[in-house]
Amino acid sequence: MSETKLTEFAGVVDQQAEQGSATKITSWALTMYRWSQWLQSPRPYLMVIGFAGFLGFWYLAVEVWKLPRFAEMPGPTQVFGEWFSKDPTYGLSVFTPEYYLHIWVSTRRIAIAFFLATAIGVPLGLFLGWSVRFKQYVFPVFELLRPIPPLAWVPLAIVMFRGSETPVIFLTFLASFYATALNTMLGVESIDVSFVRAASCLGAKRWQVFRHVIVPGALPFIFTGLQISVGVAWFSLVAGEMVSGQYGLGYLINTSYTMVRYPTIVIGMATLGIVGYATSAAIRLLGNYMMQWRMRELSLGAAR
Amino acid sequence: MNVQAIESARATQSATFAAAKGRVRIVDAVKIYGVQGGGGVLAVDHCTFDVPPGEITVVVGPSGCGKTTLLNAIAGFHSLSAGSIYLDDEMLCGPGKLKAEPGPDRVVVFQNGALFPWKTNIENITFGPVMQGIMSRAEANDKARAMMTDAGLRGIENNYPGEISSGVRRRVEIVRALMNDPKILLLDEPYRALDSLTKSVMHEALLEIFYKNRVTIFFITHDLEEAIFLGHRVVIMTTRPCKPKKILDIDIPHPRNYSVLTNKRFREFMEETAAAVHEEAIKAFDAGERER
Amino acid sequence: MNLGGKIVARVMPLIMGENFWRGIVSIVVFVMFWEVGSRSQALFGFAFPWVSQVPPPTAVALEMFHLIQQPSFWVSAYLSTLRVFEGFFAAMLVGIPLGLAMAVSRTFYGIAFPVFEVLRPIPPLAWVPASIIFWPTQELSIAFVTFLGAFFTIVINVIGGAQSIDVRYFQAARSMGSSTWDIFRRIILPGVLPSIVVGATVGVGITWAVVVAAEMISGGGSAGSVGGASGGGLGFFIWNSYVGGSYTQIVAGMISIGIAGYMSSAALRKLGAWMTPWLAEG
Repeated sequence: MSETKLTEFAGVVDQQAEQGSATKITSWALTMYRWSQWLQSPRPYLMVIGFAGFLGFWYLAVEVWKLPRFAEMPGPTQVFGEWFSKDPTYGLSVFTPEYYLHIWVSTRRIAIAFFLATAIGVPLGLFLGWSVRFKQYVFPVFELLRPIPPLAWVPLAIVMFRGSETPVIFLTFLASFYATALNTMLGVESIDVSFVRAASCLGAKRWQVFRHVIVPGALPFIFTGLQISVGVAWFSLVAGEMVSGQYGLGYLINTSYTMVRYPTIVIGMATLGIVGYATSAAIRLLGNYMMQWRMRELSLGAAR
Repeated sequence: MNVQAIESARATQSATFAAAKGRVRIVDAVKIYGVQGGGGVLAVDHCTFDVPPGEITVVVGPSGCGKTTLLNAIAGFHSLSAGSIYLDDEMLCGPGKLKAEPGPDRVVVFQNGALFPWKTNIENITFGPVMQGIMSRAEANDKARAMMTDAGLRGIENNYPGEISSGVRRRVEIVRALMNDPKILLLDEPYRALDSLTKSVMHEALLEIFYKNRVTIFFITHDLEEAIFLGHRVVIMTTRPCKPKKILDIDIPHPRNYSVLTNKRFREFMEETAAAVHEEAIKAFDAGERER
Repeated sequence: MNLGGKIVARVMPLIMGENFWRGIVSIVVFVMFWEVGSRSQALFGFAFPWVSQVPPPTAVALEMFHLIQQPSFWVSAYLSTLRVFEGFFAAMLVGIPLGLAMAVSRTFYGIAFPVFEVLRPIPPLAWVPASIIFWPTQELSIAFVTFLGAFFTIVINVIGGAQSIDVRYFQAARSMGSSTWDIFRRIILPGVLPSIVVGATVGVGITWAVVVAAEMISGGGSAGSVGGASGGGLGFFIWNSYVGGSYTQIVAGMISIGIAGYMSSAALRKLGAWMTPWLAEG
């Protein structure tokens, strides 16, 4: 958008928001507006400084000054060279199919575990929050098992489930499930009681209140919980892959270490970061899409 | 003021509103908030008064005095510890049935607004009839649009409550309540969170809606001026535990508009009641009342 | 009132409440189901799918009874707990000032936060090999990974807490003539404290998970010992029990970790409540 068009546009948004009247602006336009605002602020440039600083320090410490502790570590040129080379020394780069195999295996495990955890955790959390009686019965058992860290389940999982794939998925599922169920429950409990009362005095029956008030009302919390849950899932998955299982990014990192392929370790870590971030962002975007009403409320600052 | 004399005067006037419904009688209501195994807090102490049908009754009192408890008892959100409440000669709650059922004959408009943020304005308004299954969505939408136009709310049907100002939100909430043709509209300090300029606009808007619909209104506030401006009858409550201290019939004629504020009769009412309200306010302050 | 009287006064209302008994009922049902499931082969002639592989609760209870009498168990527990708190306090020491700096200075936030956000999704355990390469000793490398686990959570919570301090407190303080240092000490620090407590309580849970994982990985691991078995800890104990085929010990170990983790969180919560008395509503 050109300079003048942008200021006009901004003026329209401000004006309409001020009048407290309806705005006819589409979500797309809003997004573009916010993007352009961001680009005009100092933030993108600070970000560049930050990354440059980080990468620069890494480069200097390993390859130029050769600081003692950093002696064995691979430097950024080595890592990036390896990562993007057509013929990598250690056999793994963006051009090798093996790389994508590992990514696919890990992602697949996450997907299965996460969907299972959501399918079971969200309804459970909803009921825990909605029915006091249900919570009295179920929550103590839930809380009893929760402090046991996911990885402590590994040996038991290996004993309980046959094969090498299922224990890893079970582990990931467990961690994810707890985060989802807990956050969903908190979401339901944080719904203002006035909404439930309003619905009942408008003639809604209990199941209607559940469907039209509780579920949409808890949605913001549910999505926050899902983002946390996917993060926890990655955490457990990597742990599980390092201990048992075949293929996958955790396995890759571990074997790269034992086979003294250090740059590949960093490639694995970086890939984990990217994929982890992408899954989190995907959930966040899905949440934004499903909660249009919230996005509009937040972007117009109409908390009056 | 002789309550009986007023009652008989009311009875004759009520003849004109013979078709009006929503007469609420509160008889000897008592509410104790219990602490398990320990002392309770007496919120409402043998409260008795009437809400005449087809009129606006305003209950005024200091914060925390128990007036919201009364409203919640009528609406069916809280139970009474003793006493009874009747709606059009039918017992809502009383001995043997301490808690009424919430229902669309007694719709509430809440203090901080309870429009569902995840539904559009028109979805909110049609919520009642659609949930009860008494209208199809199309019919409900038509009626909703008509009522919104009537209330000056055209154009925002498909927006979300988060996109409009709080004054407009209140009006949408009132229309949502009226869609259900309630016998009585219960308003729990609905304008408390608004600035006084918006408030004055809201008052006139509420009166307009009242004149068109003639629904019984039970309104709670701590603002004496608001009470006298809006009400046919004003009930001044003591501080907790609450009991009617003074009941006034405001004989300023309807329809009223904001010029009433400078009216002589209005000022006379203010003088008459200000001392009483102030006295209760001081008691409440000394008792360290906290806002709920 | 004597101590006995005090205990009775606290416990009686608890026992009289119905939710206490409902909770007990479900726990009992759960344990019974577990017991029956474990012995399903013997009881019914066929084995329930997964539960039957698990040792029964009675056996586990017996095992625990034996374990708590062995000093080596307590040594393991002590080692793990030590690692948890080392990493945890290091994370607090570095994380709180960093978080505060990011919350206070927009410029610093702009520079540091994107890098922080890029590193955050990398699971702490993925750092293990890199950590082993970098640090001279095994202990330090585990400590570093543990530190990472709690660090990110604490920083995020500190930033969130600092940003949510009502701006009117600052305005009030300025209008009363406070210096910047005063504002920091009397408004920012107490205002951030509740978030620090929340971050700490969550962070300690993560730290436990990381410690157990790190102990398992360095003690065992499918890829062979990553760095050689250096020293015990409960995670190592569980892994060892698995390798040694003693399933009851596995479960006993899991329960011990669960208890230890729960107690750490509870202790932190109590400490937090003590440090923020204004939050306890009267």
